[in-house]
Amino acid sequence: MLVRHIFPVSSLFSLGGDESRVDSRTIYVGHRPSTTEAFIPPKFCDNRIVSSKYTVWNFLPKNLFEQFRRIANFYFLIIFLVQVIVDTPTSPVTSGLPLFFVITVTAIKQGYEDWLRHKADNEVNKYPVTVLENGRRMGTESEKIKVGDVVEVNEDETFPCDLILLQSTRDDDTCFVTTASLDGESNHKTHYTVPDTEKDLDSLSATIECEQPQPDLYKFVGRMHIYKTDREPEIRSLGPENLLLKGATLKNTQRICGVAVYTGMETKMALNYQGKSQKRSAVEKSINAFLLVYLCILVSKALVCTTLKYVWQSKPGQDEPWYNQKTQREKETNLYLKMFTDFLSFMVLFNFIIPVSMYVTVEMQKFLGSFFITWDRDFYDPEIQEGALVNTSDLNEELGQVEYVFTDKTGTLTQNNMEFIECCIDGFQYKYRDAVSELDGFSATDGPVSKLQEKAGKEREELFLRALCLCHTVQVKDMAGVDGMEGCPPPHEQTGFIASSPDEVALVKGAMRYGFTFLGMESKKMKIMNRSNAIETYDLLHVLNFDPVRRRMSVIVRSKSGDALLFCKGADSSIFPRVRQEEVEKIRVHVERNATEGYRTLCVAYKKLSPEEYARADADLQAARLALQDREEKLIAVYNQVEAGMTLIGATAVEDRLQEEAAETMEALQGAGIKVWVLTGDKMETAKSTCYACRLFQRGTELLELTVRTLEDGVRKREERLHDLLLEYHKKAVQDVPPTKGWSKPSQDFGFIIDGASLSMVFNSSESSSSHYKNLFLQICQNCTTVLCCRMAPLQKAQIVKMVKCSKGSPITLSIGDGANDVSMILEAHVGIGIKGKEGRQAVRNSDYAIPKLKHLKKLLLGHGHLYYVRIAHLVQYFFYKNLCFILPQFLYQFFCGYSQQPLYDAAYLTMYNICFTSMPILAYSLLEQHICVEVLLDNATLYRSIAKNAMLRWVPFLYWTLLGVFHGLLFFFGVRFLFGNPALQANGQVFGNWSYGTIVFTVLVFTVTFKLALDTRHWTWINHFVIWGSLCFYVIFSFFWGGIIWPFLKQQRLYYVFAHMLSSASAWLVIVLLILLSLLPDILLVVLRKSSTAFLPRGRPLSSCCRRRPALTASPGVTEVSPSPCFLLHCPPPNTDHDYHSCSSLVCFATPLACFLPDCFCPPYGNVHYHLHPLNSTSR
Amino acid sequence: MSKEENTANRPDNTAFTQQRLPAWQPMLSAGIVIPGFVIIGVAFIGIGVALFVTSQNIQVLEKDYTGIETNSSCFKCTNPRVKNCNCTINFSLDKLFEGPVFVYYGLSNYFQNYRKYGASKDAAQLTGDLAYFTEPSTSCVPYQRDAKNKPIVPCGSIANSMFNDTFKLFQIVNSGNVAVPLDGKGIAWWTDYNIKYRNPTTNPLKNAFNDTVKPIFWPRPAYELDTTNAANNGFINQDFLVWMRRSALPNFRKLYRRITEGEYAKGLPAGDYALVIGYNYPVKAFDGRKKVVFSNVSWMGGKNQFLGIAYLVIGSLCVVMSIVMLIVYAKFKFPDEE
Repeated sequence: MLVRHIFPVSSLFSLGGDESRVDSRTIYVGHRPSTTEAFIPPKFCDNRIVSSKYTVWNFLPKNLFEQFRRIANFYFLIIFLVQVIVDTPTSPVTSGLPLFFVITVTAIKQGYEDWLRHKADNEVNKYPVTVLENGRRMGTESEKIKVGDVVEVNEDETFPCDLILLQSTRDDDTCFVTTASLDGESNHKTHYTVPDTEKDLDSLSATIECEQPQPDLYKFVGRMHIYKTDREPEIRSLGPENLLLKGATLKNTQRICGVAVYTGMETKMALNYQGKSQKRSAVEKSINAFLLVYLCILVSKALVCTTLKYVWQSKPGQDEPWYNQKTQREKETNLYLKMFTDFLSFMVLFNFIIPVSMYVTVEMQKFLGSFFITWDRDFYDPEIQEGALVNTSDLNEELGQVEYVFTDKTGTLTQNNMEFIECCIDGFQYKYRDAVSELDGFSATDGPVSKLQEKAGKEREELFLRALCLCHTVQVKDMAGVDGMEGCPPPHEQTGFIASSPDEVALVKGAMRYGFTFLGMESKKMKIMNRSNAIETYDLLHVLNFDPVRRRMSVIVRSKSGDALLFCKGADSSIFPRVRQEEVEKIRVHVERNATEGYRTLCVAYKKLSPEEYARADADLQAARLALQDREEKLIAVYNQVEAGMTLIGATAVEDRLQEEAAETMEALQGAGIKVWVLTGDKMETAKSTCYACRLFQRGTELLELTVRTLEDGVRKREERLHDLLLEYHKKAVQDVPPTKGWSKPSQDFGFIIDGASLSMVFNSSESSSSHYKNLFLQICQNCTTVLCCRMAPLQKAQIVKMVKCSKGSPITLSIGDGANDVSMILEAHVGIGIKGKEGRQAVRNSDYAIPKLKHLKKLLLGHGHLYYVRIAHLVQYFFYKNLCFILPQFLYQFFCGYSQQPLYDAAYLTMYNICFTSMPILAYSLLEQHICVEVLLDNATLYRSIAKNAMLRWVPFLYWTLLGVFHGLLFFFGVRFLFGNPALQANGQVFGNWSYGTIVFTVLVFTVTFKLALDTRHWTWINHFVIWGSLCFYVIFSFFWGGIIWPFLKQQRLYYVFAHMLSSASAWLVIVLLILLSLLPDILLVVLRKSSTAFLPRGRPLSSCCRRRPALTASPGVTEVSPSPCFLLHCPPPNTDHDYHSCSSLVCFATPLACFLPDCFCPPYGNVHYHLHPLNSTSR
Repeated sequence: MSKEENTANRPDNTAFTQQRLPAWQPMLSAGIVIPGFVIIGVAFIGIGVALFVTSQNIQVLEKDYTGIETNSSCFKCTNPRVKNCNCTINFSLDKLFEGPVFVYYGLSNYFQNYRKYGASKDAAQLTGDLAYFTEPSTSCVPYQRDAKNKPIVPCGSIANSMFNDTFKLFQIVNSGNVAVPLDGKGIAWWTDYNIKYRNPTTNPLKNAFNDTVKPIFWPRPAYELDTTNAANNGFINQDFLVWMRRSALPNFRKLYRRITEGEYAKGLPAGDYALVIGYNYPVKAFDGRKKVVFSNVSWMGGKNQFLGIAYLVIGSLCVVMSIVMLIVYAKFKFPDEE
């Protein structure tokens, strides 16, 4: 959060007299005190950026503290301490060693990450900078800059802290800056020096008063007091255009000087890096829930054992038989204390049921697994020469769980590559026919504008084109010769213009095609070349900036003739109310037609300002700009006042082409059962047409509109109308719709459209109705296939995401966007995806994953996400399972050893089981498994539904795994128990003891657990082979070794030759083989049955067969082609739309409930899904 | 842009990074599974039959001699006050009890697997380390030192509670008793006898035990456990070793002797026998039972019906399942087999 330094501001400066200005800071430029003031150097933080968490000294304690805050680690620490303190059955090493291992691995990982941060910090902090100090240029390090220092920055250097621009080498007192590394906008932005500052910085005596640091990159309010010996102090207003942000780079300017205002952690960049909340995946929640269950099992096991122990001991002769007398101390110990100690001992004995190594394995899996996303060549985009980027590895599996996708339109669904398509002047349509061929052929006589119907008057045409040429903030790229090329057309290079928005460039280029060329700006004079190749010059008086609320921008220029002209361009909705109404109608037709065709439309208006009007506007603007308080609001008020009563000239249409494969991607997402919501700041018509183009809306889709237009239909109040509409739509989309069957498509598609204004009405209406409206709104939305929210402010986007996120069932949401305006929703959603698009890196930086193109989303979700989810879900379930069947025999053994906490297994086995014997195969599985190959996953989007709603980590599959663990545990223990009915198991008549018993059980356990994983593995690479067979070999070799040597450091040689003796016994071999086979039999059966069921996909190609070629999965709607089978069919009715909707053709699923818990089953999840289950005989005959 | 830069940023095109490692997809189709099940089933049935037959051929003779019943000959010995009590159990064999015959003693409701009991020994002492003769480990408490604070060797509960009933077997031939020689060698694990347990190197062995006392319940000190064989004394006495290997379950048997010598090496011929028991070991206090077991062994060890039956059951299960599958598959022919 923001750290506020509160320090007194002298009354001299508090000219406005408002009290709230305590929240500002005063900076003495160059540390020179103003003459009238006693100089108290205020304290600010230094310019060191610290993103690292640890230092060498505090790493150990701090990291350990952080790690033990995690509940699982803390639990194991407690167990370890209990073992150290209390006389427990197992030595502290058994739990200490795994804990040490886990802690060490995590510490190494975090240490490495912190080391990287340190390196990055140092790179920034030690960067050499030049500071001007009393006229001398001093070289120093970036971290030594103090607030008030005058810093010199050369071209292509980054600013070391937030600076107020004082001096630039450019003659127009500007400098160009690119904020590519900050918000990613790669265009050049112009910043201005504080007007009328001294050219000689050494003699400058000034203070800057500005607000305390705040993270908004685009807001800055301050003022500068310049003291001159002979005059009153002058006051200059400072705005964001004067502020150079740390992290931005100086471009096209030789050198600038600026005074540091915010340093170090108070710079806007640093403030923006903070507060990125930690996202946790839903899988982790499942793990915690399971952990709780296992903790309960553990405690109840310990309780049962303790109780039974004392019941058992109460029988005469059992408590203290003559052969096992108690020590004096034991006799004297208090009974309840003994009970408690016994309870703790049982806890320690059974504590292995909580898989200590699971967290570290999960973490390793996530960390290593995320590399596969980075490495994927399919995500590589040759255009920007980059692949995917993973900012957090914690959410890999969440990609497989997405239910709602919120996508931005511009730059995400569309390319944000603007092309001028047509314009309309005074209601006449002008279409540029062939951009390339006619580019050279235009001439002033017949006009470049191809005549479609009739032409508007020449005067209007030229006015319109002039407006396009003047009303923008485009800059001509500084190229040699531009200034000197009077009279010649400038080069038509695509890169010739720099602008903050690509539409502006498109418009300027559009005007250029029609003969009006913008030549550039020189010291506030805009030069354009008109059709007759004559240069016209205009004085730029004011720029009324664009902002998303006003949705328009204006310029005020003075022509040669001395007229002050205001040109305004903006969205139709913001222009139409401000122009004379009689002009609107003829243009509105065009605008709406263009919008439905998917073009971005802008309206252009102008106004001639009389000298008085201009004088007043000028004064108002100046005043508003100087205001320190509420500057924004005041400016907007003035803008609104000035931009009134204009004359509409025409409208433009700019095409924003769809991203590659945008439609296919959206279709795949919808096929995967994901609901796509489009959240855009764009206007409804444009957004709607994009939706149609992306096939989010289809011809059959019934659109429900809740926009300002529909709300203002009647005479009634908006509020009432809103109420009625919501109820009407709710009835239509929610109540009247028959409950959908399974994942089949409902009979009627609904699309919902809402705009920002209506949305804020829904959200902000009166207290009581708000939640009701919200509820209605949400229900309608959830029943629609696609929801389009247009005219959204960034915050509203986040609001929508939050609303869905918090709705019933807390669905997993994903936001994808490319611009700074999408950041809020990217941060809000469970998974945020940034597109490395044209609008910069802001979205990428705040995202969890970044991909170059929208089309990559398909593979990211349907391919990677699906696989990651299956992998991690299996990993988690398997971990719990393998520890359950590990500990269950030990629990059962207590019933046969007088509840004496005798461990069944040797300490080495207890310790190594999770670390060595069974850890690697599951890790390899969880990194490499592809139960269905990626191509098939991508071609059959419906497969994504099979894992929806956390299907593999719900209670039913958990129960299956738990029961399996119990079954195995019982089998292991009692199988060996019956064998030991006669412990004379060797051919020479000798008998086996308790350690042989434990070793046989443990051998069966290790082999069964590993084979179980092997059975589940569908994708055997050499690595799987290596770790699975390697782990088993390691176990055998280790056991031989462990029992083959008299270990000098061990007190007892309990396992001496136990393993070898076991192997020398034929009975032991036979029972091991028997128990392993018997344990796996149910699983083998399931695999076989499941295999047979999956063989019924279209064309009978089993899904799990991973194909290097794309399989020829053609659409075969319905179930008619499917061959009969002994199992049941789940089928989706053929889609009723005429689109080639092939993903939901027919899906077969074996009806055995158990089969559904396994990764290979493609049953849709449980819950609100209904199955069409037909015995196959009936469908085939 | 240069080509190098292009390749520098582009992810490596290796099979591993692209998750395209050549992989084997196990396909358990009907063509594999049904024969597989049949083979496993048949193999299991075969093993099961072999195990069952083998187990059936093992002769076992169990005699409980706890003396709970008043008419039992050992009833008199259950009185703890009776010292050096002997009792005799007579039995007759109708046919040859094939050799080699193994004699086991069995105890029930005896918790050798009790944790504290199991820990109550000094492993270092038992490897012949003289330092631990004078200072036995505290894990041996309450059998670490006797009342006079003298160290007990071997210390601890396990050693102290060593089984001390003795058995002598006689064949009754023409009203005369012929002693059946019982062989006490080779009843403990070879590694226990030769490596794990060691006597001190002191010669004679007795000297090593100076200043120590025998375990409280023992009649004789450790170096006099076997008066007939000097190499069977101290910690490597085979009876001691057998006892020290703790049983896994509370009902257990341990090997006592083998009948491997003389004319009885081929087995015990049909006839009447008398088993003379030196009854010393009290079990009534904890409701235990004692028995003596004569058994011959096979390659699978002693008689154990469980394995054979289990194998037969699982084997038949496999066969039945394969038949069911075959029927199902035959009825609904699988497309992938066309």
